[in-house]
Amino acid sequence: MPRVKLFAPPVLSLRFVAVWRRNWLVWRKLAIPSILGNLADPLIMLFGLGYGLGAVLGNMQGTSYFAYLAAGFVGSATMYAGTFESLFSAFSRMHVQKTWDAILNAPMTLEDVVAGEWAWAATKALAAGLCMLLVITAFGYASVPRALAALPVVLLIGLTFAALGLAINALATGYDFFSYYLTLVLTPMMMLSGVFFPVERLPAAVQAVAAALPLYHGVAIVRPLLAGQGSGALLRHAIVLAAYAIVAFYVAVVLTRRRFSG
Amino acid sequence: MSAAVLATRGLRKSYAGVEVVGGVDLRVAQGECFGLLGPNGAGKTTILRLCLGLTDADGGEIELLGKPVPQHAREARARVGVVPQFDNLDPDFTVAENLVVFGRYFGLAAREIEARIPALLEYAGLAGRARAKLNTLSGGMKRRLTLARALVNDPSLVFMDEPTTGLDPQARHLIWERLRRLTQEGKTLVLTTHFMEEAERLCSRLVILDRGCIVAEGSPRALIAGHIEAQVLEVHGPGVAQWMAGARRLAPRVERAGDTVFCYAEDVAPLIAALRGQDELTYLHRPANLEDVFLKLTGRDLRD
Repeated sequence: MPRVKLFAPPVLSLRFVAVWRRNWLVWRKLAIPSILGNLADPLIMLFGLGYGLGAVLGNMQGTSYFAYLAAGFVGSATMYAGTFESLFSAFSRMHVQKTWDAILNAPMTLEDVVAGEWAWAATKALAAGLCMLLVITAFGYASVPRALAALPVVLLIGLTFAALGLAINALATGYDFFSYYLTLVLTPMMMLSGVFFPVERLPAAVQAVAAALPLYHGVAIVRPLLAGQGSGALLRHAIVLAAYAIVAFYVAVVLTRRRFSG
Repeated sequence: MSAAVLATRGLRKSYAGVEVVGGVDLRVAQGECFGLLGPNGAGKTTILRLCLGLTDADGGEIELLGKPVPQHAREARARVGVVPQFDNLDPDFTVAENLVVFGRYFGLAAREIEARIPALLEYAGLAGRARAKLNTLSGGMKRRLTLARALVNDPSLVFMDEPTTGLDPQARHLIWERLRRLTQEGKTLVLTTHFMEEAERLCSRLVILDRGCIVAEGSPRALIAGHIEAQVLEVHGPGVAQWMAGARRLAPRVERAGDTVFCYAEDVAPLIAALRGQDELTYLHRPANLEDVFLKLTGRDLRD
C-alpha cells in the first residue's frame, strides 16, 4: 500500500452504525453472562478491598477509602470493558469469524468497520462505567447529579481504551498476543493511575510516568466530580484523554489498513 | 472500456516481490457466467479482490459496473454480491438475522430487507428455516445461505470464489441449478473454480490462468476443440510403459502420469485395437474435456 494512502486521515461516514448495530444484536442475545462478566469482577474487588482495606486504612484524602476506591474503579472498570471488547471480541470478529471480511464485501470501508467497532467497544465501556456508578450511587457514595456529571468522562475513557485496544488488535497474531498488553501495560497502568492509592506519595520519577498515562487523567477527573469538586484543572485532564483517544484511533486505522493490505 | 460490466486492462499485483497477477485483461459482458480457472496460486482470488477494490493494484485499470475501481469501489460494490471462498456467516445469528444484518451494510431499510427474505430463503432452499440457528445448518445449507446473502441487495453482478468447494454432489448440483437461475434473470456471474466439470457446465466463457497470466480464453467447447484432440484413452496396469512405446505411433499426443498413460487422438480405434490381448491392462475411453485442456496448458505438477 502506498504510504500516502496508508497514512491518509480516516474518512468517516455514518455507515459505521450498521457495524455497531450488528454487535448490539449479538450482545442482546448474550447480555446476562456479558454483564456478569463485566461487573462481577470489579464489584467483588471494590467491596472486598473497599470495606476490608478501608477498615485498616480509615480515611483517604478526606473521604472514606471505599469512596476513594469506588471512583478509581469507575475508571478501571471502564478501561477494562473497553479493552476486552476491542481486543478479544474484535479479534474474534476480525480474524476468527472473518466477519470484517464479509462486511468489506458490502459497500463498507475499513474505516467504517474500525469506527463501528470503536463506537461499540466504547459503548460497552460506558455501560460498565455506568453500572459501577449505579452501584456507588445506590450505596450512597455519590449523588445522582454527580454520577451523571461523570458519565461523559466515562465515555471518554471508553473511547480512549477502545481505540488503544483496536490498535493492539491490528497487530495481534492470536489471543495470546493480548497478554503482553494486559500484563505489561494495563496492569501497571492500573497501579500507577491513582486507582488504589494517591500517586502523590510515589517518587517524582514514577509520578512523571503516571502523568503520561491515560487512566491517570481519567481517574483525576472522575474522583473530584463524584466528590463534587469540579475545577478548571479537570478540563486539562479531559484534553489529554481526548488527545489519546483521537491519536489512538488514527493509529488503529493505519495499523488495520496495513494488516488488511497484505 | 465500456459496455462490459467488468473490464480490466493490464492488471498487475505483486506481493513481496512475487508477481501474483501479471498483466490481466478481462471483459465480462452482462448476463455472462464468466469463469476464472487456474491451479492454486494462479492469482484467481487476488483478481477478485482487486476487482472489488479490496486490494490496490500495482498497475492497470479496472471498471466495475461503469465505475473506476478502486476510486469508486464503494458505489460499485453497492450493486455487487460476493460469495467468498470460505463461509463467513454470523454464527450468533439465525438464518433471517444473517440476511437482515447484511442488508444494513448496503444501507437498506429493515422493511425493504424483510420483504425480500421469503424469496431469498425460497431461492436458497431454506424456506421455513428463517429462525433456525446457524449451527443447525449443514455445510450445503450454509453455502446456500451465503449465496442468498450475496443477493440481499439484488446485485447486477455476483462474484463467487470457489462456490462449491467442499460440498457433496447433491449440494453441488443444487448450487449449479441456482446459479443458472441467476444468469436466466440476466445477472452476471464471475466465478473462480478449479473444478473443470463446474466450469464446463456453468461458464459461457472462461479464462485459464497460470502464474498470474491468462494462457487461454474462450467458451469451454471452443477451448476443448481448439486445444486438444477429441478423444482420450487412459490406460494403466503392469507393462503399460512397454505398451506406451507402441502407442506413440498411433496417437499424436501420449503422456504418462505415474502408472497411467493418457493418449489423445481424433480417432482412438487403432489404440483400442492395440490393447487387444493385453489382458493385464485396463483402459477408459472418454471424450476430451476441459480438464484435459487445463492440464495441457498448466502442466501436471503440483502447485502447493
